[in-house]
Amino acid sequence: MIDSALFSWRFLRVWKRNLVVYKKIWKVNFLTPLFEPLFYILAFGLGFSGLIDNVKYGGADLSYTEFIAPALIATAVMWNAFFETTYASFVRMYYQKTFDGMLATPLSLEEIIIAEITWSATKSVGAATIMLIVLGLMGFIQFPLGLLLIPLAFFGGLAFGAIGMFFTGIIPTIDMFNLPIFLFITPMFLFSGTFFPVSNLPVWVQPVALAFPLYHLVELARRFSIGTSEISPIINIGYLTVFFLFFTNLALGAMRKRLIQ
Amino acid sequence: MDKIIEIQDLIKQFNGFKAVNEISFSVNRGEFFGLLGPNGAGKTTTIRMLYGFSPPTQGKLRIFGMNINTDFRKIKAKIGVCQQENTLDPDLSVEQNLHVFAGYFYIPKKEAVERTRELLDFFALSHKKDAKVMELSGGMARRLTLARSLINQPELLILDEPTTGLDPQSRHQVWEKLEELKKTGLTVVITTHYMEEASQLCDRLVIMDHGKILVDGSPKDLIDRHVGKNIIEIEGPDQALIEYVKEHAIEHDDLGRRLILYEPEGKGLNNIIREQFCNEKCTYRNSSLEDVFLHLTGRELRE
Repeated sequence: MIDSALFSWRFLRVWKRNLVVYKKIWKVNFLTPLFEPLFYILAFGLGFSGLIDNVKYGGADLSYTEFIAPALIATAVMWNAFFETTYASFVRMYYQKTFDGMLATPLSLEEIIIAEITWSATKSVGAATIMLIVLGLMGFIQFPLGLLLIPLAFFGGLAFGAIGMFFTGIIPTIDMFNLPIFLFITPMFLFSGTFFPVSNLPVWVQPVALAFPLYHLVELARRFSIGTSEISPIINIGYLTVFFLFFTNLALGAMRKRLIQ
Repeated sequence: MDKIIEIQDLIKQFNGFKAVNEISFSVNRGEFFGLLGPNGAGKTTTIRMLYGFSPPTQGKLRIFGMNINTDFRKIKAKIGVCQQENTLDPDLSVEQNLHVFAGYFYIPKKEAVERTRELLDFFALSHKKDAKVMELSGGMARRLTLARSLINQPELLILDEPTTGLDPQSRHQVWEKLEELKKTGLTVVITTHYMEEASQLCDRLVIMDHGKILVDGSPKDLIDRHVGKNIIEIEGPDQALIEYVKEHAIEHDDLGRRLILYEPEGKGLNNIIREQFCNEKCTYRNSSLEDVFLHLTGRELRE
């Protein structure tokens, strides 16, 4: 089904269009990743640390704030990419007819979709980098290992951007994004080894957490910032790669069905 | 002659409904070609197939002698499209709209800047180059869309109702610009509801209805062929007139309170009506493309 003539580097022009727009508003967008980790670290570090002993994770003994700091970067990657290809892409596609305009040029629909997903991953990189600096200064990240979080943010962003784009392809109205957020993103945010190790969950629920892409991203984020994780990073990378390819394919199919009439 | 568009037995089907039903026409280089028809006639569907937005269900469609399915990039690189809906990018300024759009065509930066300057100048938008698209009036937005569709110096320009919803001043300004473009030898395909627009601009046109092409020809040709030079409209026609019309087999549309007669040439019908049948109000006028259109597509509303 995949026709290689439909894919070219021309998608970078759409990516660049999003960058041009972003440059106008980056000053506002830049504040969230700057303050978000500070709030979490303050709330959980100061507020919870008295209640919670050290966390045993992947053979290491971590303070609670050390444990959650890398997960905050992973969740930011998820939120940034997912919001971009859901709400933002939907507005461009449905309300602004931006894709319709692009389809009158030599761009293919496939390139537009790939560009949107790639752009969402780029936004994840932006947020992760700022958080990396903040958390790094606070001593929660080991360097130079922690620099790997930057390419990781791009990689994770692709996975969440792809599934977001798939929802954009099938959702009838913009308010209905509440559903995947409530049923998919929120539980994932809470149960992916972000705020407590998955090994703390009852044995029968653990496989569910392992099916969450965020779990694998959180694992990799810890591996790259504190040097340890629960399972082999090869499995995490493999899972996210398959997840990305699978949902990119579904997203392309859904968007073709939606826009090519 | 050099054919830019060749369409033969083209069909577009949506869930069993044939929006375009076996149409055939061709457009020559340098021609200004019109697609006319009431709402739902299949004009926009046809046009969307032309620029590769919508794949044909069946039939032959060649543009610049190429197949849109396999050579879509080459074809689209040489086409400019002004869509019916406003697809300007509201996140970008007027100038950026053109710059970014040029990028989609791989137009080098320097050339894009130069073209943008020329086009904004041509469409009298230079003073608005930093404005947001949302701040533009309807006429300005349409001119910007036209400017954008010319950024790649297309060989074929496709315009889907370029003047719908504009005030008369803006409409005339757009016509003026289109006239100028026509002089450069650009090939243009246009859909419109304004008969005045079609008669003024089009070298040749087709009238479509229910997915079919009813007639094609030059505006003058169509008027001569289908309604004749002159038209007489009679308010409150009496029975005697209706019988006279039937007896002499005069082409007419009977609207009940109003009778429209398409006057055959050289029969002096005009005088006969004036002397014998004009009870209330009679109008004698030259016929127009609008008469052809209404005569062929009927007068009931299309909603």
